[in-house]
Amino acid sequence: MSYVRPTFRHPELPKNKLGYTIDYYEGSLSTLCAGCGHDSISAAIIQGCYEMNIEPHRLAKLSGIGCSSKTPAYFLSNSHGFNSVHGRMPSVATGANMANRDLIYFGVSGDGDTASIGMGQFVHVIRRNLNMVYVVMNNGCYGLTKGQDSATADEGSKNKTGHVNLFESIDLASLAIELGATFVAQSFSGDKAQLVPLVKAAMKHPGFAFINVISPCVTFNNNVGSTKSYDYVREHIEATATMDFVPQMQEISVDYGKGSHKHVKMHDGSIIELHKLSEDWDPLDRQSAMNAVLNAKAKNEILTGLLYVDPDSHDLHHLLQTNDKPLNSLGKADLCPGSEALKEINAGLR
Amino acid sequence: MKPTNIKDPEYFHKVVDCQYACPAHTPVPEYIRLIAAGDYTSAYMINWDSNVFPGVLGRTCDRPCEPACRRGRVDEEPVAICRLKRVAADNKNDVKHLMPQGPFKQNGKKIALIGAGPASLTVARDLAPLGYELHLFDEQKKGGGFMRSQIPSFRLPETVLDEEVNYILDLGIHTHFNKYVESMKDVLSKDYDAVFVGTGAPRGRDLPDLPGRKEGAANIHLGINWLGSVAFEHTHKIGKKVIVLGGGNTAMDCCRTARRLGGTHVKVVVRSPFAEMKASPWEKEDAAHEDIPIIDNHVPKSFVVENGKLTGMTFEKVTAVYENGKRKLVPVGGPDVFFEADDVLIAVGQENSFPWIERDLGIEFDKWEMPTVNEKTFVSTNPKVFFGGDSAWGPKNVITAVAHGHQAAVSINNLCQGIDLNKRLDPMVNLVSQKMGIHEWSYDSEVTPDLRYKVRQADKKLTLSNRKKEVELGFNHLEGFKEAERCLNCDVQTVFTETKCIECDACMDVCPTACITFAENKEEEVDLRASLKMPANNKTQDIYVSDVLPTKRVMIKDENVCLHCGLCAERCPTAAWDMQKFFYNVTKTHTGCQKH
Ligand SMILES: Cc1cc2nc3c(=O)[nH]c(=O)nc-3n(C[C@H](O)[C@H](O)[C@H](O)COP(=O)(O)OP(=O)(O)OC[C@H]3O[C@@H](n4cnc5c(N)ncnc54)[C@H](O)[C@@H]3O)c2cc1C
Ligand SMILES: Cc1ncc(C[n+]2csc(CCOP(=O)(O)OP(=O)(O)O)c2C)c(N)n1
Ligand code: SF4
Ligand code: SF4
Ligand code: SF4
Ligand SMILES: [Mg+2]
Repeated sequence: MSYVRPTFRHPELPKNKLGYTIDYYEGSLSTLCAGCGHDSISAAIIQGCYEMNIEPHRLAKLSGIGCSSKTPAYFLSNSHGFNSVHGRMPSVATGANMANRDLIYFGVSGDGDTASIGMGQFVHVIRRNLNMVYVVMNNGCYGLTKGQDSATADEGSKNKTGHVNLFESIDLASLAIELGATFVAQSFSGDKAQLVPLVKAAMKHPGFAFINVISPCVTFNNNVGSTKSYDYVREHIEATATMDFVPQMQEISVDYGKGSHKHVKMHDGSIIELHKLSEDWDPLDRQSAMNAVLNAKAKNEILTGLLYVDPDSHDLHHLLQTNDKPLNSLGKADLCPGSEALKEINAGLR
Repeated sequence: MKPTNIKDPEYFHKVVDCQYACPAHTPVPEYIRLIAAGDYTSAYMINWDSNVFPGVLGRTCDRPCEPACRRGRVDEEPVAICRLKRVAADNKNDVKHLMPQGPFKQNGKKIALIGAGPASLTVARDLAPLGYELHLFDEQKKGGGFMRSQIPSFRLPETVLDEEVNYILDLGIHTHFNKYVESMKDVLSKDYDAVFVGTGAPRGRDLPDLPGRKEGAANIHLGINWLGSVAFEHTHKIGKKVIVLGGGNTAMDCCRTARRLGGTHVKVVVRSPFAEMKASPWEKEDAAHEDIPIIDNHVPKSFVVENGKLTGMTFEKVTAVYENGKRKLVPVGGPDVFFEADDVLIAVGQENSFPWIERDLGIEFDKWEMPTVNEKTFVSTNPKVFFGGDSAWGPKNVITAVAHGHQAAVSINNLCQGIDLNKRLDPMVNLVSQKMGIHEWSYDSEVTPDLRYKVRQADKKLTLSNRKKEVELGFNHLEGFKEAERCLNCDVQTVFTETKCIECDACMDVCPTACITFAENKEEEVDLRASLKMPANNKTQDIYVSDVLPTKRVMIKDENVCLHCGLCAERCPTAAWDMQKFFYNVTKTHTGCQKH
């Protein structure tokens, strides 16, 4: 029985700039069902962090409850982690981020965790533009509790028991755009070529970066008639663009001037390189992004790739003008200014 | 690339690196699992069927399997395959009743086997149960060939050799020991249906032109003759100061034997650099352990004889220079070096010699006086005469002699049954799923991180004072179990069924050694190899390519560092991957696929 992964790795694994091979970014062996889309997303996160030379102690994984929310156990064992309660990951992330802005906050949630019980927290963390990555592993069902329809299950989609969903689905990507999210993307667990650069770009985005990843539940929602199955998604997938993420300092060899090439410069100098597939869409224009999503939906297509980005985004710390140092690095004098200062404040409130 | 044809038995055979590298293709992982399970008897019998001398080989084999072992590519050292074989041999129960039981119904055919080394003995074992009348000739007083006369008892106890030689002789072989065959013409004039020549490479190379060779002759010995004379108890001592010339395994056996016969200052002097010596690394280690210095880069120049008595040798110091991949030993200049010696043992190589085979019998010899032998059938240019072991292509080792013996036996059987020598049966193969449950296999799929276990040795004081005291103690049960667990079970194959795959990538993501990639196919193998998740740079290892999948991609698996851990198959939701045990048994006279 294999509950442990062998310790041997490919002897020729390349090292990243920090001198780590990719296995340094692994987690423990997954206990999810064999073939679960979520595991592929974990693999994409591992790949992205390795390629971005992330120091594992500089990243915190946050999640709620669900098969999806279990995945932080399966990647980045050397990072911080907080597995919170159902639907409450955003508030824990907000607290952590407010206390220490120096970490990368990587949130993982499910469609149940986000679009049902956690909907309140979700919309508010978007409004606040908290600097974090928020990945929804979207399988259209509550996998962990045995596959009940979730709020993202499409109307008319059939689950494993043959039950047809009667309700309109919540489209998380258009909701995020609507609410003012500054980085919105959509992808498919089975498309690492697209997902890895999206994860990398999201980690570089200075604000709320949302990625809705369709991730088939192989056990409860991969049947004929489901709109979240491997087969259905593959047949209906349509990408905005093929993309690549070019970190800062790296030389750019492509000429972006002509044709459908476009590059988006991130505030730290890194670049999202896009080869656009749909003409009337502009990733910098919220309205056109919204249209593109709605048009695709009308054609029963699942639009993937980067949908919208605001490279000039200002995160919550900026808006609140908080101290730029993490609280744990401040001394007693800063954190506790004394009774004189308190008196002054109290006087100001009279 | 075209999809891999896994129906060809050679594809999966090649994945079992150790078995593939073994000249006799012993099913290594199968016997290692049996050792782990404590079934030493079955482990022994699998070996006995393939390599005939498990107890001997478990102590002395040249181990071509170990450098090939997959574990050596992911871990520091390969599995101790050879010494595990000894565990089976040492701990087995009675095996005789599991072997073919004579007397056998005679088939009326009569075969002469010249020389009683491992090659001839293997032919005898394979043919006896089929009813052949077998006549085995050797000039020595007992069977075993060089295994008896050359391999010293401190590496191979006589009892172990006797046991395994006797298993064969007890099959009803007519032995003619103490009988040197002087004329092949004579043999061919008798009513033999076929003759097998297994006379080895019995002549030690000398240094006849070195000054002082004649004058010092009384104290200069040819290594293999000297070892033989020690083995047969004609020689009991040697001088205190001994120089051994040569860098092969014979030199190692000479110096270690000299240490046991009174040599207190024994040194090995070799022309080549230490790293390029022919001796196996472990033989060099054992010599060092017995306080024998190895002095490299010294070319012998003369024997120094004073007052009719050898006093030592002079050497010229050289250095190795490489030009176009060719090595040249260039003198470094300076005065010659003198080493004192009471005796010198020359172990600088062996040669074949066939003075007893007349050259007008239709047996063709080339300009190096070597017989022309067919590499597959082992027949010479005389259709009734076969060669095998060291006599065919010069000195090799025991396991190669055994492998030759099996194939020569198939040929001799074909000849006697009137079947074309080239019409050989296919190997016997079997491929069976090991699945028992979602996370359960009928083999131990877990991969232990343990490093290779060391074989303990007896106290040096004891071993150096008694030349028959075996140096190695062998693994005990627990060590044997733990070492056996290091085997990666490379015979449990990853078998892919493309029609079942839903392309969820789970196998690719979980594989610890990045063996699996789903990607677009490429025309050329080099391009496909380069495009994988981890480029498949080890060209000696195959890549396994599937047919086209629904997304137009193919599955490509690099066999190179697959741990056979079964995780891909455990993670696959549709059982598109399965772990299947592949058993491959080389065609012998008694095995082979009979479906023709
Ligand atoms: C010092 C030394 C150590 C070695 N150690 C190892 C080792 O550790 N492991 C290993 O795998 N290999 C070892 N070898 C090599 C191995 O012994 C041989 O490769 C192997 O024994 C060859 O087998 P064979 O059947 O071809 O012939 P041999 O074993 O050489 O047997 C040939 C027999 O034929 C007899 N013979 C020859 N001519 C005649 C004739 N005209 N009439 C009658 N009889 C004749 C000889 O007396 C001899 O007994 C060693 C060799 C040497 C010299
Ligand atoms: C407060 C609370 N309510 C209900 C549950 C039961 N519960 C556990 S997981 C889950 C749904 C998870 O669905 P999703 O977030 O889509 O994750 P998935 O398993 O599909 O990846 C529910 C309702 C709970 N754990 N806590
Ligand atoms: S129940 Fe569904 S979502 Fe949960 S692990 Fe299994 S396949 Fe994945
Ligand atoms: S058995 Fe499968 S998972 Fe394990 S190393 Fe081999 S290919 Fe990878
Ligand atoms: S795990 Fe199985 S179904 Fe999934 S990609 Fe691999 S072989 Fe195909
Ligand atoms: Mg879900």
